Amino acid sequence: MNAIERVVNNATDWFNQRAPGFLPFYRKHMTEYYAPKNFNFLYYFGVLAMVVLVNQIVTGIFLTMHYKPSAMEAFASVEYIMRDVAGGWIIRYMHSTGASLFFVVVYLHMFRGLIYGSYQKPRELVWVLGMLIFLVLMAEAFLGYVLPWGQMSYWGAQVIINLFGAVPVIGPELTEWIRGDYLVSDATLNRFFALHVIALPLVILLLVVLHLGALHEVGSNNPEGIDIKKVKDEKGKPLDGIPFHPYYTVHDLFGIGFFLTVAAFILFFVPTFGGLFLEYDNFIPADPMVTPAHIKPVWYFTPFYAMLRAVPDKLFGVLTMGGAVIILFGLPWFDRCKVKSIRYRPMLHKVLIALFAVAFVVLAYLGMQAGSPVQTLTARILTVFYFAFFLTMPIWSAMGQTKDVPARIPDHD
Amino acid sequence: MTKPVSFFRGLMAAAVLLSGSVSAAGGGIEMESAQVDLGNKGSLQRGAALYMNYCAACHSLGYQRYSRMAEDIGLTEEQVTKHLMPEGAKFGEPMNTGMDPKQATAWFGKPPPDLSLIARRKAEGADWVYNYLKSFYVDESRPMGWNNTVFPGASMPHVLWELQGSQHPLTEPKPEGGHCPKGEVNGQCLTGFSIPEHKKGSLSAEEYDQVARDITTFLAYVGEPAAAKRESIGVWAVLFLAFFTLLAYFLNKEYWRDIH
Repeated sequence: MNAIERVVNNATDWFNQRAPGFLPFYRKHMTEYYAPKNFNFLYYFGVLAMVVLVNQIVTGIFLTMHYKPSAMEAFASVEYIMRDVAGGWIIRYMHSTGASLFFVVVYLHMFRGLIYGSYQKPRELVWVLGMLIFLVLMAEAFLGYVLPWGQMSYWGAQVIINLFGAVPVIGPELTEWIRGDYLVSDATLNRFFALHVIALPLVILLLVVLHLGALHEVGSNNPEGIDIKKVKDEKGKPLDGIPFHPYYTVHDLFGIGFFLTVAAFILFFVPTFGGLFLEYDNFIPADPMVTPAHIKPVWYFTPFYAMLRAVPDKLFGVLTMGGAVIILFGLPWFDRCKVKSIRYRPMLHKVLIALFAVAFVVLAYLGMQAGSPVQTLTARILTVFYFAFFLTMPIWSAMGQTKDVPARIPDHD
Repeated sequence: MTKPVSFFRGLMAAAVLLSGSVSAAGGGIEMESAQVDLGNKGSLQRGAALYMNYCAACHSLGYQRYSRMAEDIGLTEEQVTKHLMPEGAKFGEPMNTGMDPKQATAWFGKPPPDLSLIARRKAEGADWVYNYLKSFYVDESRPMGWNNTVFPGASMPHVLWELQGSQHPLTEPKPEGGHCPKGEVNGQCLTGFSIPEHKKGSLSAEEYDQVARDITTFLAYVGEPAAAKRESIGVWAVLFLAFFTLLAYFLNKEYWRDIH
């Protein structure tokens, strides 16, 4: 035993005597967490969401050092960060690009779950916790978007808060309570700042811990939808599983590197992304007296915004938009299919899932447009399809001939 | 250094084209490219001088400091203090105007807007400024006697008229239910401008284009002072991360050799 080994062993022993639970915890979640060996690129988006979350928290801390949450100073303080704070523009673009990429990554993560049936028994709780993260993330993004106090921040906040006015009886009082004023104002900005920088991030972090905890209790699904725990060796280790560390840590390192390269390209060369990540109207300071010609939310809310606009009645529009998010929670109970992965499902399922993905993207596009009669009609048809996809899933998911799922993960996957 | 930058510019253009379907949906008028080059210090310095001479009396650059500008466009404190700053201004201060907002409202209907972010608030970006500066024409029906095809009903008079001369619009009838690609004048489609012989400016058309381009370049810089630095740092950041990804790829391959 050489000197270094001795020091390491002594330190480990010292630690184990004082915190005996730490090493088993590390083993359970890293070196002895057996993940299926056939993850494909869609399995990067979970860890990428964590990377973006850390990015948002770290850059957010630095932004709060210079940002002023006051209606008088907010816009100017962001420009101060962009011009006079050393490295301020990098921090700000990391945060703004990160916000959009968060949704890119989370949508793909959810899509992965949808096509490989990762929400099915026994992973219902993993899915529900993930959906809660998505819900809080949307609130967090909305609050953050208000903080630069540009025209879109202001009028976007106005429109979204007014949606709560559709609640029967208490609607008007409710919107006043949310704003803390009769208009979107300094009071609104202050409370949004508090919620954005501390309240919701804490909730998101807690939910992420629970999401991962729930996942590690039941183990990860895979593109084949095969339960690797059914075939184990004599030591109880799944034959098709490999230790998360080091195999998937190096694997993820590559994915993270690739993702950061793309993110850096956007950040340094197209930070506004043609008006999608940072909108042109938001370079104009908030002005309660001037309404922008076309108020629209940032791209990641537009599928839901398109559904809101598709309904002529305000209350039902709001219910439709809210319902479009809430209905996703029920996915594990809507799906009656015997197999998990799309690879073993009948053609009918493949076609419907593909159409659903297309409908979602088209709705996102429609939500950005001013809304011609043809566009509104398209949005209505797609909204009906969106809900029908889930509500009729108990019927269609039980139909058709599934392929036999093998016991072991096939080679050369 | 120029080679990777131009390569990245190409990639960037591709990315913007991909995302462009959204921004191009405005149905506005055709814009001539200003061909802004933020690396051109001469253009930036001329633009700053022109701006201070012709624009700064009315339009503030409230988020931009003289000191920041001096450092970025390659001027010394002495040069800026002596030649560009108005009487009484301090080097570390934002580039505000001395105009009283109340008086400005009386003259123009509303105070002239701050131009710090004028190049960032339109889908056309800095090109909008360039085309705006080139599109003033004589219109006796307007309070100031000037109108603009890029921004119809603008309250600003053509402050550069001595340089450009006084333009008169050339029009043709608007097609039924059609759209005028170059803008509209009194319900007719604009085809171009002419400058009568006795109303010529002191500059030729090409020289005036350069003046408009210099001011535009300067305002594009003021819109985002970090833009030039952003791209030059970006090249190295992307190359570094790409190299890291390559290493991670081989590391991953090495670890996964025994997994079948």
